[in-house]
Amino acid sequence: MPRLRASVLVSAIVVATALWASASRFAGAETTSNAQGLAAWDQVYSVLTSPRCINCHTATNYPQQGDDRHRHVANVVRGPEGKGVPGLNCAGCHQETNADSTGVPGGHNWHLAPLEMRWQDINDRALSSAAVCRQLTDRTRNHNLDGPGLLKHHEEEPLVKWAWNPGRRPDGTARTLPPLTHEQFIAATRRWVEAGTPCPSGK
Amino acid sequence: MASFQITVNGERREVNVDPSTPLLWVLREDLKMTGTKFGCGISACGACTVHVGGVATRSCIVPISHIGDRPIITIEGVGNDAVGRAVQDAWVAQDVVQCGYCQSGQIMSAVALLKSTSRPTEQNIEESMGGNLCRCATYPRIRAAIKTAAAQINKGGA
Repeated sequence: MPRLRASVLVSAIVVATALWASASRFAGAETTSNAQGLAAWDQVYSVLTSPRCINCHTATNYPQQGDDRHRHVANVVRGPEGKGVPGLNCAGCHQETNADSTGVPGGHNWHLAPLEMRWQDINDRALSSAAVCRQLTDRTRNHNLDGPGLLKHHEEEPLVKWAWNPGRRPDGTARTLPPLTHEQFIAATRRWVEAGTPCPSGK
Repeated sequence: MASFQITVNGERREVNVDPSTPLLWVLREDLKMTGTKFGCGISACGACTVHVGGVATRSCIVPISHIGDRPIITIEGVGNDAVGRAVQDAWVAQDVVQCGYCQSGQIMSAVALLKSTSRPTEQNIEESMGGNLCRCATYPRIRAAIKTAAAQINKGGA
C-alpha cells in the first residue's frame, strides 16, 4: 500500500506539473499572439488612416481629396447611398479606371464608405486606433464581416486595392501611396486576424 | 490615334482621336457640337456637363477611351426627351439665361435631377445643382425654372 500511495502521489505530481507547464506555455503563447496582433493592427491602422483610404471614410456630408484631405471640389455631397446625388454623382467623373490624362482617379463602383465606417470625426480628425479597431470589428456596423471576411475585403475589394494604384494627379505627378505595400497590408491584416482581431484599449 | 464608335443623341458616330482626349473636345472639335462648353477643365464648374449612360458627366475630364458603348446625350439632343423639353421650356419661361455660357451644363444637370426626382425639394436642388457655377448668378431663376419644369412634369405635360 505505501508503494501504491507513493506511486499515485508521483503520478499526480507528474500530471500536475505537465498541466501547469502546458497551461503556462499556452498562456505565454496567447500573450505573444495578442501582442503580435496589436502590433499588426498598428500597421493596418497606419494604412486605413492614410489619405488614399480615409478620404472616403469621412464623418461628413462630403468626401475629401488630396494628401491634405481637403473637401472635395465642386460641392460634391455624400447622397443617400454614398454615391453623390443626381446631377452630381461620383460616377459623373470617376470612371471604372483611373484617367491619368486628366488626373481623375477611378475604380469600379466609386463611392464613399458608409457613415458606419467613418474613421474621422466631424472635424475631419482621424479617430484613434482603438476607436477605428472597435468599429471595424463591430459586425453590426461592418456588413457582418468576421476576421476572415475583413481579410478578404482587404485582399479583394477593388476600391481597397485602388489605394495602391491611385493614378496621377492633374499635374501629372503620382499620387502618394499608403505607408505599406498591399502585400504588407494583407500580411499585417492576416496576423491581426489570426490573433483574434485584438483592439487597443482606450477611447 | 485610335478609332472610337460612340452614340451621340441617338446617332452612331466614329472618331479618330488620341484615346486620352476628353469627351468634351471630341464633341466640340471632331463632331462640331459646340453647345457643350469648356469652363474650367477640371470638373469644378459644370459647364461641360453631358449625360453618359444616363449619368450627368463632366465631359472635360473623361477621356474618350472611358466611354465604351454608353449613349451620350448633349444639350443639342436633350430636348428630344420629354423631361428635357420641359426643362428647356421652363428655362425660356423663367428667362433664366443672362450671358448663357454655363447654361448648357445647368440644363443637363437639372434634367438629370428631374429624371431621378420629379418633385425635388429645396435641398435636392441645392445639392444636385451645387456643382454648376454661374458667374452671372442666375441661381434664383435656375431654381424657379426647375420648379416650373417639375410642376409641368408632374402635371403630365412631360
